[in-house]
Amino acid sequence: MIEVSGFLGYAVFFLSLAGIYGILALGLNVQWGFTGLFNIGIAGFFAVGAYTAAILTTPPSASHLGGYGLPFLAGAGAAMLLSGLLAVAIGLITLNLRTDYLAIATIGIAEIVRLVFKNEAWLTNGVRGIPGISRPWDAGALGYLGVIVAALLLVYLAIERARRSPWGRVLRAIRENEPAAEAAGKNIFRFRLEAFVFGSMIMGLGGALYAHFVGFISPEAFEPLYGTFLIWVMLIAGGSGNNRGALLGAFLIWLVWSATEIFTSRLPAELVTQAGALRVLLIGLLLQVILLLRPEGLLPEHQPKVKPAPQSKE
Amino acid sequence: MIAVRNVSKAFGGLQAVRDCSFDIAKGSITGLIGPNGAGKTTLFSMIAGAFKPDSGQILMGGEDITGLPTYKLFRRGLVRTFQIPREFSRMTVRENLMVVPPGQSGEVLPVNWFSAARVRKEEAAVRRRADEVLEFLQITHVADELAGHLSGGQKKLLELGRTMMTEAKVVLLDEPGAGVNPTLMNKLSDSILRLNRERGYTFCIIEHDMDLIAKLCHPVIVMAHGTVLARGSMEEVRANEQVREAYLGGASGGGR
Repeated sequence: MIEVSGFLGYAVFFLSLAGIYGILALGLNVQWGFTGLFNIGIAGFFAVGAYTAAILTTPPSASHLGGYGLPFLAGAGAAMLLSGLLAVAIGLITLNLRTDYLAIATIGIAEIVRLVFKNEAWLTNGVRGIPGISRPWDAGALGYLGVIVAALLLVYLAIERARRSPWGRVLRAIRENEPAAEAAGKNIFRFRLEAFVFGSMIMGLGGALYAHFVGFISPEAFEPLYGTFLIWVMLIAGGSGNNRGALLGAFLIWLVWSATEIFTSRLPAELVTQAGALRVLLIGLLLQVILLLRPEGLLPEHQPKVKPAPQSKE
Repeated sequence: MIAVRNVSKAFGGLQAVRDCSFDIAKGSITGLIGPNGAGKTTLFSMIAGAFKPDSGQILMGGEDITGLPTYKLFRRGLVRTFQIPREFSRMTVRENLMVVPPGQSGEVLPVNWFSAARVRKEEAAVRRRADEVLEFLQITHVADELAGHLSGGQKKLLELGRTMMTEAKVVLLDEPGAGVNPTLMNKLSDSILRLNRERGYTFCIIEHDMDLIAKLCHPVIVMAHGTVLARGSMEEVRANEQVREAYLGGASGGGR
């Protein structure tokens, strides 16, 4: 096991979280970037993923449900499954409605999820949280960064393939013009539900990776600021609809967010809390500037090329 | 082919379509004309499944299709275009066409990961078909442009092109000529005639351009106040006193 410290240690810590945020931003890109689904409850799916992985993989404890001691991959799989099931339930109710209703429903459900995890102590140990979530395969910090990068790469390749596929083409058509997509014979509801569930499963995976990364989770980690707002900024700034843009946005916004934390933590104690609010303002300002200068984000969406058909005739 | 039986539809207090009945014969190019607000587009939307009639029945080939969702009607070969073109703006013209064909196996997400070769092969075929349609409509030069950048007339052609990407039987065209310049208009009407003759499409066309109607359509159905006022050839309809009063305003026929 290689342990790292000092600057390198911080770099590994930074990159791990950037990678997890990258996965969340990719999940949102499937929903918003491709399909135009306005999910502002990312934190809910993130939390369900994290708690599922934590409960299934930790050793027995008197303070919360658990003791299943399942391997990492089983926990991550279950995290995706449960996030997906939650998305099916929400989707079946809301996806027939107009876009704004999905927004209202998701923001509400994310808060409900967080409050359930906060108050149902038998399940989650409430505000005291679930400790002792170990990294898989006895990995060190560097090794676990490898796990995150591998997961990120896999998710990226799967989503990029999906974007270029006929499936992704239908999603973009629905985003561009719903009545026309329907007139082109597409079952809009089916495609919207699939995109919503697929994106939410990826967010659940992000949650599982997060739980094993920090080793301890509590409801605080899933407040809308960290769990939803930052991810939206990442996607919009990076380039909605563009998977590389989502990753670039995740990296850059996390860099700005972390760098300002280094700065604010050195301020006198009485200023620290105010500075925290200023950081959010700064991120908001940054988003405004990017949207003014590059309205489609740093890396705008580009159309996938279809290879010309081999000239069979003539 | 299509039979409309005593169909009515009200929006609040406005009776848009009232006890309306007519047939669209197989292989015909049927014109649907009438003053603004006569209920033509409402009737189209009901035939195409965008919303249900309050009462009455719509039959296709003898089967009741009243209230079926649009995508199911599409699979039976009933296709519509829109009065105001509804292109997928941030997709290329070619993609706008390629999205249409039904039953593409790549529309099932996991197939793209686990049977990539099959999807690639199908994509090549779909692309070939899209390129043929582009050639037919003579808009090959804009294939890789974003559809949102096309001129109004080109968008109209693209609307028609989308109906050619499927095995359509009945095509409902809502004002295909509106906002199209005369050169493009000739191209459009030639395309409609060719599709009717070579591929056996049945057309029903809403149009205000009487020259286009006279050139293409037989029979012509005249609607006013939500119901059918008259039907027959363009000459018969022009000669009809009621129609003149309701629609042509008593002016001598012809022109717009």
